[in-house]
Amino acid sequence: MIKLVKNRKEKGKELSKFFCQTVADLMDHDDKLVFLDADLASPSGSTIIEKSHPDKFINVGIAEANMVGIAAGLSIEGFKPFIHSFAPFASRRVFDQIYLSGAYAKSTINIYGSDPGFTVGPNGGTHTSFEDVALYRTIPDAVIVDVADTTQLESAIRQAASEPGIKYIRLNRKAVRNVYEPGSEFTFGKGVVVKEGKDVLVITAGQILSDALDAAEELEAKGVSVEVVDIYTTKPLDVELILSRVKGKKALVTFENHSIIGGLGSAVAEVLAEHNVNIVFKRHGVTDRFGQVGTPDFLQAEYNLTGKDLVKTIEALL
Amino acid sequence: MNKNKNLKLLAAKIRLDILEMLMHRGYGHLGGSMSVCELFAVLYGKHLNVDPKNPGKEDRDMVVLSKGHAGPAWYSALAEMGYFPKEVLLTLNDGGTILPSHPDRNLTPGVDATTGSLGQGTSIAAGIATGQKYKGKNAYTYMIVGDGELNEGQCWEAFMYIAQNKLNNCIVIIDDNKRQLDGYTKDIMNPFDLKVKMESFGFKTLRVDGGDVDAIDEAITELKKVKDQAVCIVLDTIKGQGIKYFEDLFSNHSVKFNNDEINAASEKAVKELKAFIAKEEAK
Repeated sequence: MIKLVKNRKEKGKELSKFFCQTVADLMDHDDKLVFLDADLASPSGSTIIEKSHPDKFINVGIAEANMVGIAAGLSIEGFKPFIHSFAPFASRRVFDQIYLSGAYAKSTINIYGSDPGFTVGPNGGTHTSFEDVALYRTIPDAVIVDVADTTQLESAIRQAASEPGIKYIRLNRKAVRNVYEPGSEFTFGKGVVVKEGKDVLVITAGQILSDALDAAEELEAKGVSVEVVDIYTTKPLDVELILSRVKGKKALVTFENHSIIGGLGSAVAEVLAEHNVNIVFKRHGVTDRFGQVGTPDFLQAEYNLTGKDLVKTIEALL
Repeated sequence: MNKNKNLKLLAAKIRLDILEMLMHRGYGHLGGSMSVCELFAVLYGKHLNVDPKNPGKEDRDMVVLSKGHAGPAWYSALAEMGYFPKEVLLTLNDGGTILPSHPDRNLTPGVDATTGSLGQGTSIAAGIATGQKYKGKNAYTYMIVGDGELNEGQCWEAFMYIAQNKLNNCIVIIDDNKRQLDGYTKDIMNPFDLKVKMESFGFKTLRVDGGDVDAIDEAITELKKVKDQAVCIVLDTIKGQGIKYFEDLFSNHSVKFNNDEINAASEKAVKELKAFIAKEEAK
């Protein structure tokens, strides 16, 4: 059951601490869970786990590739590791390790990639991941979750902890605006129609779902009816939902905190092309650019990822 | 010497299997497979707590062949132990085979770790050993890593982790066969003194003759007594070990059996190995 909050302006819990507290709570009842961090326990929130479950917390030092391999080895022994690093180091830096020691070997590894895209803030261009989703999309059977809010994160962690395989969960470490009521449950591969509309379909994922809903409200006031779908997992992709919701719409826009190359926009474009869907279509995301330093708000504006930017894109299409 | 005659015999059988397998295929990773025949004989003939009839046995010891290109040596050892019929060895690299060039834990009975992208097996072994400790198992993980493979930085990340956590149940075995694909390690990326290097990384380290089953056996036995430190064996080996022609062949990492000289040398080695095996078995 999925319910929406009444007040979308309110922020939820600090996601980093919430992530680790949720895993710590699961560890109380599941002795197969292990948490590994790579000298980022303080930023990731995993000091919570280090304190509550010191035996099942491993700090591997600044060695992400090694961390992935150790997690794969633990999986061979029947454990279900969670690992953390900043999103670029949890994706492009360890891609071969995730691909081979992880997915190809059919290991179970749950990856917490923090501060994706513009949420990186002052860590800047070296720490920015606009391509993590694209990379993980090429890994057979991998699951990619772009977290919209606290409630959705809890659901994602619970499902990840209970299923085998590679799951990449990307999220801001800070608090983000609430969309869903606590207790709402999500399923990998199942998107959510967050707001129904007649004219334009917006498909998005992650915390910018809130910005998409802002844009929909603004456009609604101007007489444009916008439907907003939270795709939740870019992989597996809810193709059925996309095809059913695109029917009768005048335009479709994908909206992502990621490069338009290889991410959600590409995934949806592939679906449209292969199913002969003829619709006005725009991928709204990062346009083949590197990251840079700045506050998250500055970066969100710099890469045209605000609700206002989405409004402009939609207006230009109609 | 020769306390372990049966192990010497097993090593010869593994060596013969490798040679026949690669000759049948027409090519393959010969040099680095030959240098670990004695090691595999000692592991499977004496030290490993495993059950070929029950490859997934709880509490078993695990082998991680991080230098995955030596798969043919591992497959030969597994076949000799009865994990699968010896005829299967001739399917190496066939489409649909259970014996791919590099080990795959989802294909081959007795193979617990998928390796081949060099360096990665070292971390996997570290993770398995950690899991064994978590479970309170009295089990060992034998990590076999190549000297050339040590070019990969990930190995040193894994070594630091193993030393930091005193994973004495993860026995690190470096196959120091002095060569990598393109030539001698000292010319390409000099490893300098590996024993000193490993000791400086915190390992209790023994250097032994990797062609001597007794020496390998003794080293493993001694390191199993170590309780509060990481342990390592540097195996002094020869790439192509045990067959003079291939030891002397400069480019022996991957060999093609495509000329009269190689084929004649291989046939001669097959005959000699068979004669040795027959003589030992008759005793």
